[in-house]
Amino acid sequence: MSVTDALRGAGAKPAGKRPYFLDAEVERVLAITMSIAQELAVSRQRTDTLERLLLEKGVLSQGEIDSFVPDRAAAAERALWNQEYIARILRIVQQENEAVDRPDDIASEDVAAEVGAQS
Amino acid sequence: MSKNDPAADYDGPPDYRVIGRHALFPQTNHDEIERINFLAQMNRHLAANVVPGVKQSYERRVAPAFEASEGRPIANRHEARKALLQDPAFRTWSALRRLTMEQRQQAGRWTALRQAEQLAEKARELTEGDDRLKLDSSLQQPRYVSAVDHHCMPGSYHTEYFPGDVTNGANYDHAGFVTTSGLLGKYSDGGGHAVARWVKRNLPDFQPKQILEIGGTVGHSSLPLAQAFPEAEMTIVDLGAPVLRYGLGRAKSLGVDNVRFVQASGEDLSIFPDASFDWIQTTMFLHELSTSSMRAIMAETRRLLRPGGIVLHVEQPQYAPEMPLFEQAMRDWDAYYNNEPFWSRMHEMDLDAEMIAAGFERDQLIHGGVTAVVDRDLFPDAADDDKEDYGRKAAWHVIGATV
Ligand SMILES: C[S@@+](CC[C@H](N)C(=O)[O-])C[C@H]1O[C@@H](n2cnc3c(N)ncnc32)[C@H](O)[C@@H]1O
Repeated sequence: MSVTDALRGAGAKPAGKRPYFLDAEVERVLAITMSIAQELAVSRQRTDTLERLLLEKGVLSQGEIDSFVPDRAAAAERALWNQEYIARILRIVQQENEAVDRPDDIASEDVAAEVGAQS
Repeated sequence: MSKNDPAADYDGPPDYRVIGRHALFPQTNHDEIERINFLAQMNRHLAANVVPGVKQSYERRVAPAFEASEGRPIANRHEARKALLQDPAFRTWSALRRLTMEQRQQAGRWTALRQAEQLAEKARELTEGDDRLKLDSSLQQPRYVSAVDHHCMPGSYHTEYFPGDVTNGANYDHAGFVTTSGLLGKYSDGGGHAVARWVKRNLPDFQPKQILEIGGTVGHSSLPLAQAFPEAEMTIVDLGAPVLRYGLGRAKSLGVDNVRFVQASGEDLSIFPDASFDWIQTTMFLHELSTSSMRAIMAETRRLLRPGGIVLHVEQPQYAPEMPLFEQAMRDWDAYYNNEPFWSRMHEMDLDAEMIAAGFERDQLIHGGVTAVVDRDLFPDAADDDKEDYGRKAAWHVIGATV
């Protein structure tokens, strides 16, 4: 079985119409969010496994991660990473706020009619 | 509570890595294991921390609102469920419970499908030429199996993705942990061990030679019976070829040899002559049938039982008038929202009357109760568990009969 087939098969819908308990839009976003929560848990556990193995092998010592203090440059890099990360996630909020400033914004669909006009 | 020692206070499913493996058990990598751990914790969280909120909402909001608008209290579990459907607490819990089941199926199926050919090859090596596997490709799946996939398991127990496939057995076996949270033990067989123990305690002189389990799937509930009575021959009947193929491979790899796996419907076991078995068992099976198939199966068990033999059905408790309507409505959730369409009807039926209609005598009926028997060093024990997961707890009723 190809990876593509296995992936499609893994996510296959069971026979039987799906019930919705919330507005379909909300439930869809909740389902996506909980899958991401699952994958975050998986990553968190993987990091934890790595830490424990490094500890066991003497590469790290107990408490080293919790007492870690980044130097100035590292702190800046890490802080910037957080800023970038948040900005990516909240892109839609940024764009909706920018839209407040663009009361004359026009939809492409309307522009299409305009630019496609024969005369 | 030991102060500030989270490990000593831990209450919840064990790490998945304690699970028992066998030759056909799919390989699971680190992240696949952690996905299962996460999902088992999700189910535990929903049962331990979210359900109490649903119950409180029922008592404080749902039931009073119904009474205020209808001028009478909620009268039955259907009214209770429909009223709950209007309530945000029940809806949020339901949405989370449903998507957790969907995530579980996706996780388990991915693991099984990505190695489907390797598993099929191992199954072939283990079962080829072995007459203890009897498949019948002409068997039709009944409507109650094909209409909706039980517990949202795509392809149910019977779909084969290619000849010799065991995917749906492998998915069912290795990822069921998510729903049972380890309460069924190392080999998901705590139900079977409980039944074997119940029989040894209650019928100390019973020495069955021929044992039949109908709807034995991959053998979780059956192998413990074969192990408890090594002199007996155990026959496992099921509708699904992938689970039976997987089941024989699993049994052999676990060193249980007094078993055979036969593809047939319990509704028509004419392949076996009258009075063929001393003991006929079903475990968590009746709720996945239909009224007519259940009746046909009960009649077949009567025909197949030898004098002095027993039939035992192990199921979640029936809806009794003493059971609060909230609990009944919550137990009905699986019927309506987890593709268990017979669950609701089956649990309100008068099973004693059904047994009698099938030809058993009232004064020969058997009633009892069991909880899963597990290795308590590693697994939680259902007998000590005060959480209620409505229909999924490893504590069951026994109804049966002797002839
Ligand atoms: C919930 S599972 C049983 C679980 C199993 N007894 C255990 O405890 O692990 C239900 C099983 O019954 C089988 N089944 C449903 N209808 C059947 C029938 N008419 N004859 C035989 N098996 C049937 C399904 O294929 C499925 O494997």
